Amino acid sequence: MRDVAVVGFAQRQMDAFDGSPTMVELLVPVFGELWEQTGWTKADIGFFCSGSSDYLAGRSFSFVSAIDAIGTLPPVNESHVEMDPAWALYEAWVKIQTGEVDTALVYGFGKSSAGQLRRVLSLQLDPYLTAPLWPDTVSLAALQARTGLDAGLWDEKELAAVVARNRATGAGNPHAVVSGEVDVADLLAEPMFADPLRRHDCAPVTDGVAAVVLAAGDRARDASERPAWITGIEHRVDAQSLGLRDLTRSPSTALAAERLDLDGVDTAELHAPFSHQELILRTELGLGDDVAVNPSGGALCGNPMFAAGLIRVGEAAAQISSGRSAKAVAHATSGPALQQNLLCTLEGGR
Amino acid sequence: MGKQPAAVIGVGQTHYKAKREDLSIAGLCREAADRALADAGVGFDDIDAVVVGKAPDLFEGVMMPELYLAEALGAVGKPLLRVHTAGSVGGSTAIVAASLVQAGVHRRVLAVTFEKQSESNAMWALSVPVPFVMPVHAGAGGYFAPHVRSYIRRSGAPEHVGAMVAAKDRRNAARNPYAHLRQPDTTVESVMASQMLWDPIRYDETCPSSDGACAIVIGDEQAAALVDSPAWIQATAMRTEPTTAAERDQVNPQAGREAAAALWRQAGITDPLREIDCAEIYVPFSWFEPMWIENLGFAPEGEGWKLTESGQTEIGGTLPINMSGGVLSSNPIGASGMIRFAEAALQVRGRAGEHQVDGARRALGHAYGGGSQFFSMWVVGSEKPAA
Repeated sequence: MRDVAVVGFAQRQMDAFDGSPTMVELLVPVFGELWEQTGWTKADIGFFCSGSSDYLAGRSFSFVSAIDAIGTLPPVNESHVEMDPAWALYEAWVKIQTGEVDTALVYGFGKSSAGQLRRVLSLQLDPYLTAPLWPDTVSLAALQARTGLDAGLWDEKELAAVVARNRATGAGNPHAVVSGEVDVADLLAEPMFADPLRRHDCAPVTDGVAAVVLAAGDRARDASERPAWITGIEHRVDAQSLGLRDLTRSPSTALAAERLDLDGVDTAELHAPFSHQELILRTELGLGDDVAVNPSGGALCGNPMFAAGLIRVGEAAAQISSGRSAKAVAHATSGPALQQNLLCTLEGGR
Repeated sequence: MGKQPAAVIGVGQTHYKAKREDLSIAGLCREAADRALADAGVGFDDIDAVVVGKAPDLFEGVMMPELYLAEALGAVGKPLLRVHTAGSVGGSTAIVAASLVQAGVHRRVLAVTFEKQSESNAMWALSVPVPFVMPVHAGAGGYFAPHVRSYIRRSGAPEHVGAMVAAKDRRNAARNPYAHLRQPDTTVESVMASQMLWDPIRYDETCPSSDGACAIVIGDEQAAALVDSPAWIQATAMRTEPTTAAERDQVNPQAGREAAAALWRQAGITDPLREIDCAEIYVPFSWFEPMWIENLGFAPEGEGWKLTESGQTEIGGTLPINMSGGVLSSNPIGASGMIRFAEAALQVRGRAGEHQVDGARRALGHAYGGGSQFFSMWVVGSEKPAA
C-alpha cells in the first residue's frame, strides 16, 4: 500500500447556519484555508470526493450545487458518497492506492437545522416495516442506552461522566458549539429527554462543514512539515433491523478494529453522538484509561451531520501533526444506533 | 504495488418494467445481485465488499437506503459504500467498485444499482424549489430540450435524426429480454408522428420510467481466472463541472470531452471510432446519441449526426450504439449508467444474446448526469490490460 497522509484540515461548526443548505458559502472559505495550509491550488488536487445527504437539505442533488465551491472550469476528477465524508475519505484513499492520483480533497457538509433532524433520520429505516412508525433516532438511541442499563453495563452516572469529560475537553476547541466544566451531579439533576437519555447525553443539532487534504508519499511531505500518515483504514456495517442486533455491542466496530493495529494508540477521536455510545466504542476498541479520548470534545460538543465523522479524522490528524499524539485512532459512525462504523489509525514521522 | 488488473466476472439484471409490484426495493436489488453472483459462480461468502448506487434518495423517500439494504445484499460484517453522482451514478458505482480491486484492497466486489420509479415521484423530487437555484419544474426533458435545439441549430442536422435514434433503440430493445419498452415495429415515421413534448423532443424520443436493478461482480486476476471470458477493465474516467457557469458549453461539455480524452489515453486508444467495436452510451433523449458521439471524440464537432443518419450506429454498422436498447428503452435511473457498463461487458464476453455485436473485443460504457456535468465511462475488453 502507498503511504498516504492527512496534510490539511479545516472545519466550521455552528448551531444553525443562516445560509443555503448546500453550504457553499462555508465550503469556499474552508477550501481557502486548505490552500493556505498546503500552499496548493485546485490544480494540485488529483481527485475530489464529498459526502452529504440530500435529505438534510430537503432537496435532490444538494451535492451538485456544493461542487460550485471547487470552482468552474477546468473540470475535475470527482465523486460523491451519500454518507458521512469519512467514507468519502476512504474512497479517496482507495483512489490514491490505485496509483491514478497522488492527492485528494475530501469534504462534507450538513445543515442539520434545516429540518427536524431526529425525524429526518428515521427515514433511514426499513421503508416498509419500520419507517412508517417514525421511530426517531433519539428514541432508538434511548432504547440502546436502556438495554445497556438493564444489562448492568453502565449506569446513569457513567453516562453523565462521559458528558462532563467531553464538555471539559471541548472547552479547548474553538469549534465546539457546547463545552465547559459541568458537574456530574448537576447533569443528573436535569430532566429526562428520552428516558434514560437527558438532553446532554445527545449530541447537539449542529450545522457544519469539514474538508481534508490527502496526499501520498513525497507529495505529502511537500505539503506539510508533519503529515499525519494513515497507517490503516477499515469500515464495516451491521444489520439494520434492531431485532437482529445486540444493541450493547458494535460488531462492525470490532470487525474493523481486528484489521488494524491499535497497539500504542494514545489518542482516540470517537464519533459517539450519544454518551453511552462512547462506552460501547471504548469497549470494542479495548481503549484503556490512559488513552486520551476526544481531545476535541467529540460529537457531544458538536455534531454536524455529514461532516462530524470526517472531523474526527481531521482532529486526530491535528493531534499527530502537532506532536501531541504519536498514534491516534479516528472513528466515524452512520445509521441508527451505530449501524455502520469506520476506523482510521494515524501516526507521525515516516 | 501498482494498479492491479480487474475484470467484470458476473453480470445480473432484473427485467425492467414500469412497475415491479411483486418485489420490494430489497427484493429488486437481490434479484439482480443473485443473478450477478450466479453468473460469476460465487456466493455472498466470496464477496469482500458491497458498493450500492442510486439516484436521489428523494425518489423513493428512503434516506441512504443502503443501510436498510445491508442485510439483503449480504453486506453485514463487510465494507459497504454508497455512491451518488446524479444520473452518472450507475457508472460511478462500477468505477468505485473497480478501484477497490485495482487498489489491491479486495479480491471480489459486488456493485448493485437500482431505482424503483413506481414507488417514487421523480418529477416531484426534481422540482423542489430551492432558493438561488434555477428551477427544473419541467423535469429532465424541459432542462435538456434547449441543449438539443442548440445542437440542431449548430450542426444543421436534419430533423429526423433524433427519430432514427429512437427507432433503432426500440428495435434493438426488442432483441433484449430485459428491456422495458420492446417495440420492434417502431419506425422513423411513427416516432415523428408521436406527440411533441418538449420541442424538439417528441414523446417517442424520451426514456421511460422503469423499476429495475443491475449488479456486477468485479474480480481481481485470480478471481477472473476462474470464470469464462472475463471483461477486463482497460480504462475508467470520471469528470465533473458545475451546473451553471457562463463559460460552460452544455451542448458539448468540457467535462465529457476531457473524460473521454483521459479514457482513450489510459486505454491506449488513438482512433476510438476504429478501435472501439461497440458502445453503450447514456441517451435518455434521442438527440443525445449524435451529441455524445461528438463529445466522446468518435466524430468531429458538428458531424456526429452523420454517423447516425448513415446507419453506422446500428448493430452491424461501424460503431453500433446501444445494442441493448439503451436508456431510451429501459430507465431505472440509478441503475441506468451501470446497465451501460454491464452491457459493454456482456458484449466483449460474447454474452449479449440476440443483440450481440459479432466479434466485439473492446466496448465503451458511458453515463452522464446532472446538467450534463457528471461523466463516468469505462472501456472493457476481452484482453487483459497491459501492465
